[in-house]
Amino acid sequence: MVEVRSLSYQYPHATSISFPDFSADVGKHYLLLGQSGSGKTTLLHLVGGLLRSQQGSIRVCGTEVASLSEAALDRFRGTNLGFVFQKNHLMAALTVEENLWMAPYLAGKELKKQRAEEVLAQLGLADKRQARIQELSHGQAQRVSIARAVMNKPAVILADEPTSALDDANCEKVTELLLSVAKQNEATLVIATHDQRLKSKITHHLHLK
Amino acid sequence: MSLIRLVWKYLVAKPLNTTLNVILLALGIAVITLILVFNHQLQEKIASNTQGIDLVVGAKGSPLQIILCSIFHIDFPTGNIKLAEAERLAKHRLVKSAIPLSLGDSYQTYRIVGTTRAYPELYGATLAEGGWWNNDLEVVAGATAAAMLQLKVGDRFASAHGLTEGGHSHDEHQFVVVGILKSSQSAIDNLLLTNIQSVWRVHDLTVNHSTTLTEENTSALVPGVLAGDTTLEVTSLLIKYRNPIAAIQLPRLINANTNMQAASPAFESARLFSILGVGVDVLMGFAYLLIFISALSIFIALYNSLKERQYDMAIMRSMGASKAKLFAAVTLEGMALTLMGCLLGLALGHGLLALFVNLIGESQKAGVTAAVFYAEELYLMAGSLLLGFLCSLVPAWQAYRTDIHTVLAR
Repeated sequence: MVEVRSLSYQYPHATSISFPDFSADVGKHYLLLGQSGSGKTTLLHLVGGLLRSQQGSIRVCGTEVASLSEAALDRFRGTNLGFVFQKNHLMAALTVEENLWMAPYLAGKELKKQRAEEVLAQLGLADKRQARIQELSHGQAQRVSIARAVMNKPAVILADEPTSALDDANCEKVTELLLSVAKQNEATLVIATHDQRLKSKITHHLHLK
Repeated sequence: MSLIRLVWKYLVAKPLNTTLNVILLALGIAVITLILVFNHQLQEKIASNTQGIDLVVGAKGSPLQIILCSIFHIDFPTGNIKLAEAERLAKHRLVKSAIPLSLGDSYQTYRIVGTTRAYPELYGATLAEGGWWNNDLEVVAGATAAAMLQLKVGDRFASAHGLTEGGHSHDEHQFVVVGILKSSQSAIDNLLLTNIQSVWRVHDLTVNHSTTLTEENTSALVPGVLAGDTTLEVTSLLIKYRNPIAAIQLPRLINANTNMQAASPAFESARLFSILGVGVDVLMGFAYLLIFISALSIFIALYNSLKERQYDMAIMRSMGASKAKLFAAVTLEGMALTLMGCLLGLALGHGLLALFVNLIGESQKAGVTAAVFYAEELYLMAGSLLLGFLCSLVPAWQAYRTDIHTVLAR
């Protein structure tokens, strides 16, 4: 699903960083571990096509990411990838449901409102459909952002520190949900984190130095 | 979800900002609309009222007053001119036609005008009911006057001296309405027309009936009156030139050689507009200032909200939105603001004019209405959309250039 070979990235006005080769198979889950500054986010963004001009090869779903034009990459991202970030970055002007609707709209897909209801139900947010973002707790907001990430049934879910802002109970819950949602949607899950609490739950580890 | 819906959500999410921006622009647009609609109609009225009249001749005095009095019927006469002198002018070889007007009385602020049939013919007025006047003290009422005074054929009334209510009443002479005109969208809609003899009779001027009238000795201006009468007077003459040379010679001839004053409707109304123009320019300047401030305010609002929204932008990119889509979303937001402001402004402008027309009877008499729309209002709308686009250009460019990685890695 995701295949990284001899990848390195040159930070502007700074040092270059090289990443170990790795490949992530369909339906399996991986942890990118390392201290902050070790390039976890950079690697995740490179894989997700949020950051470009790297050296080496990144193949996602069989496509060489670097070969795509800017517009094609936008479409590719919308169709095949789902992102979960440390902060939920939900759009405060919209309701929970509308936030979810943005995913198919921006990816250029047909909106199925039923899909939004289904995903929200999977994440235990069925009663929050019409809620405003400001009314949600941290944990709820993070679950909404997970719901948004899986709206389009992406092949790969990339999560960047999804649990580090959460307490133990919510961390547990969010991790369980990420895993079960990934399983339900048959997605490959890659989580970049320094959160030691996740180690025991996900067995494939990749350490960055 | 769609872009328009998203833009709408963003605008609704900041109700105070949005309202301020919309109202600022609406005020500017309203002032422009008000001036536009009012000015347009005024010019149309002036054009339709002065058509077929090359020169107005009255007693010595302000030429502007002569025009306002004899064409628009909103001012008092400068005095009267001798009928004999007017006849001599009417027969001049450079004059194609001359219509006499005799003013002085009114009925409940609606002016009674003594004239000949040529006067309503000049404006193409036709009868809605009844007939034309044939005898003294018979009146044909203009459409607006008849409607406002609720006059019907057969009604009788006494005129009052002057143009205001409560003038000296000429109770001993009762006018009778014999006809009512269809609206001709000109000044005669507000007039009560009769023959010239009626006006003389009300003011106790005696018409010499001792001589039998023949074709040679009848007045060229007033039918049924002996030519060359030295006691009778009229207020003014509406003159049509025979040829373009008249425009050069006639006014000078009249002003230099007679006791009369010549006034050109075209020249005087242009002068009137240039006097009004100062006020209009000041108002327009004020309107443009308002629009400039609103443009600035919209720019600042978009610029600031974009700072708050950079995560939204980055997230949208991560979900597959292209750079162009973000650019479009921001410009759409600017244009939505200005379009709303423009529509509100147009409504406000027409609303204010409607209020103005209702409150001030004179504007109703002038036939000004708020229920007309001009092509310029479409230009206003197009201009507003362009303004919205220009205001949002810089913020939209920033949205276009959002660096997803940098924003999301923070």
